[in-house]
Amino acid sequence: MSLQPLLEVRDLDVSFYSDKKAIPAVRGANLTVYPGQTVAIVGESGSGKSTTAHAIIGLLPGTGKIVGGEIIFDGKDIAHSSKKGFQALRGDQIGLVPQDPMTNLNPLWRVGDQIKEALVANDIAKGSDADRRVLALLEEAGLGDVERRARQYPHEFSGGMRQRALIAMGLAARPKLLIADEPTSALDVTVQKQILDHLDGLTDELGTAVLLITHDLGLAAERADHIVVMYRGSIVESGPALEILKNPEHPYTRRLVSSAPSIASQRLSSVKAREEVRQQAVQTAGEIAAEIATAEGVVGKGENEIIVVDGLTKVFMLPGDRPWRKTELRAVDDVSFSLRRGTTTAIVGESGSGKSTVARMVLGLLKPTAGTVLFDGYDTAQLKGKRQMALRRQMQPVFQNPYASLDPMYSIYKSIEEPLETHKIGSAKEREAKVRDLLDKVSLPTSLMRRYPNELSGGQRQRVAIARALALEPEVVVLDEAVSALDVLVQAQILELLNDLQAEMGLSYLFITHDLAVVRQIADDVLVMQNGKVVEAASVNEVFDNPGESYTRRLLDAIPGRDLLTTA
Amino acid sequence: MWWYAARRILQTIPVILGSTLLIYALVFLRPGDPIRAIFGDKPVSDSVIEQVRAQYNFDQPFLLQWLLFLKGAITLDFGQSFTGRDVSDLVAEAFPVTIKLALMALVIEAVLGIVAGTIAGLRKGKLFDSTMLVTSLLVIAVPIFVFGFVMQLIFGVKLGWFPPTVGGNTSFYNLLLPAIVLALVSFAYIVRLTRTSVAGNLTADHVRTARAKGLSEGVVVRRHVLRNSLIPTVTFLGADLGALMAGAIVTEGIFNIPGIGNLAFNAIKRGETPTIVSVVTIMVLVYVLTSLIVDLLYAWLDPRIRYA
Repeated sequence: MSLQPLLEVRDLDVSFYSDKKAIPAVRGANLTVYPGQTVAIVGESGSGKSTTAHAIIGLLPGTGKIVGGEIIFDGKDIAHSSKKGFQALRGDQIGLVPQDPMTNLNPLWRVGDQIKEALVANDIAKGSDADRRVLALLEEAGLGDVERRARQYPHEFSGGMRQRALIAMGLAARPKLLIADEPTSALDVTVQKQILDHLDGLTDELGTAVLLITHDLGLAAERADHIVVMYRGSIVESGPALEILKNPEHPYTRRLVSSAPSIASQRLSSVKAREEVRQQAVQTAGEIAAEIATAEGVVGKGENEIIVVDGLTKVFMLPGDRPWRKTELRAVDDVSFSLRRGTTTAIVGESGSGKSTVARMVLGLLKPTAGTVLFDGYDTAQLKGKRQMALRRQMQPVFQNPYASLDPMYSIYKSIEEPLETHKIGSAKEREAKVRDLLDKVSLPTSLMRRYPNELSGGQRQRVAIARALALEPEVVVLDEAVSALDVLVQAQILELLNDLQAEMGLSYLFITHDLAVVRQIADDVLVMQNGKVVEAASVNEVFDNPGESYTRRLLDAIPGRDLLTTA
Repeated sequence: MWWYAARRILQTIPVILGSTLLIYALVFLRPGDPIRAIFGDKPVSDSVIEQVRAQYNFDQPFLLQWLLFLKGAITLDFGQSFTGRDVSDLVAEAFPVTIKLALMALVIEAVLGIVAGTIAGLRKGKLFDSTMLVTSLLVIAVPIFVFGFVMQLIFGVKLGWFPPTVGGNTSFYNLLLPAIVLALVSFAYIVRLTRTSVAGNLTADHVRTARAKGLSEGVVVRRHVLRNSLIPTVTFLGADLGALMAGAIVTEGIFNIPGIGNLAFNAIKRGETPTIVSVVTIMVLVYVLTSLIVDLLYAWLDPRIRYA
């Protein structure tokens, strides 16, 4: 490591302007990157980590402006470079691997052409020489069959392949500094690990310095030499990676360390806490079951296993290459499991594994091709009319995206009240009391009732979605990636809330997720799915401590920061 | 793709059957007797009238009239006009004129509209953008015949840059002023469409990635903004070729152009069913074919679209 830093950011201030009013996004940020070093900026959404990165490469969106400080790159202050000045830097001096592989490739150009552009623009190669370089770059990024791949369009690539193409693009002109902005957060964990391993190897080999932007402290600690923690636009802590993980000083960093799922999932305390939750929940659920057995107007016999799924299969017919030919897609293949009252069964799998399709069939939103779903002893497919309505009340969903699952035109009050109104429960007064009670349960102030979803944060919205699901006092809640879109700290809070509610109300959860790391804090049984089939079904501790399948082991190994935990 | 194109072309058969039947019904329900109107105030014997009526099948019930027309159409015999000329000859004379006019208008509106729209989109909120927005709103709001007469008066009569009416000589130069008038409204729509699309695409993630590669601003706009922005504009242009041919009725009237609009207008006045139906059939064919071409153009513009 030479003494001369490659990048030095000094007292950087960035503001966004709306109606002539400055809204500061980054305040007095300082960081240093030496040649060949990997530095990670960690923070939650809105912390200013991406804004800092975009300021360095001169790509601040919209009204963003650098209002103070210096960005010294290779000995020169580039903070106030002209458009042309930045243009000369981009590509061959500073490269970028952007966040979302789905939107960062132009859908209308062949992948090879998009990489070739970078070579031509930076005067590295031209014509057929550039074509040959493109193939070498794609191979270097870990893609096989490169000649065919280069001629394909982005939509013919999977997410992981697209991210590899973006890496090839970012490194095409051999930059001295590569900014990797959450390069893998949109990908499945196993793919994430492959890509990061590959990026690590490549940048080591080329001696490229990397500025890694991430929200995951575990990932940062695993991949970076040096960590910079950002919180609300300021850098609150920075230091060697392991040092930060072991001795966090700032209270925010401490919270981050304690709630990062990749780290929390390893702690024995979370296993114990879960145990207590389950005991209480099972007891409450038992009392409810006893009532149900004799109650009227509900679906149920009060059985111990509230959901029993047997041989569930879903086959989609897709149009084939000829209009009269159809191809079969077996999205879910012979899946069987049961959910005990007051416990959580997690279904874990990567995208395309069929886990969400199972959830939709359990909820009765999709008709299975074969197999049955028993809800407390009754076949849900046989229920009609009133009894079907009753079933809908007893089983409620919470979906992934709290931005999309709340009607933006409905106030929070109306969103939560709507299910009560649909099922004609109580008078207007009673319903209002119920909504207040529900907001209280999910720890939201009742002053929020008259607000609209766009005025709420992501975590608050997901709380509202949970309150709405609980309005009808269901026995089962199906949580389809319910915490996946949230920042780590918020995620930890929501998981805690879900645990509390389960203990208090004796709820049973069907928890669908792609992230094995969060499973340990909430689930009792785990179903690992791959390509529509269940590859492993066991208790959560068995899966974590003694995984039976190589696929499960791969999922576990892919959780970032796993190896650091023994030391942390 | 070939299967898709074949299916689309097969779809035109019911469309043409339906539209001709509809036109037959409309002309049949039209008040007045077209045959008596031919002779005007001249005294004619009833037997002559009956003879002429039979000549044009007007003595048959209208469903039969329609079937007889279809029977002729299959053998490319579209009947005769009241002046005794073959309808196919009339259409063959008028159709190229209108096609020429409509294509000229299409080129004018596409080239100018896309250029102006792109500049406005790139400079969103600046002076050029605001000027374009106000101008296009004005053009859309004022009826086309007002522009037609005003421009005819200024450029044709007062300044004498163009001939005020076209008449028999349908040269490129003579058709230029009518083509501009015809293109005006669509030009305004294209400016707005392209502008919104360009401005939206400018903030797309892949455009930022393109900049991060070190591409110059010109390359970024040409390769990564413009092509992605053209898809809605192409849709509009395709649908517009048909609309331009229909809109030509007004423009052809103002500038006295012997096109299909004039032909149809006069045929409708006289109740000359064979001519009206033939013209409409051609219009329908043009509509169906251009929309097919547009859909195939999509697949070329956007590789994600594949037809099966």
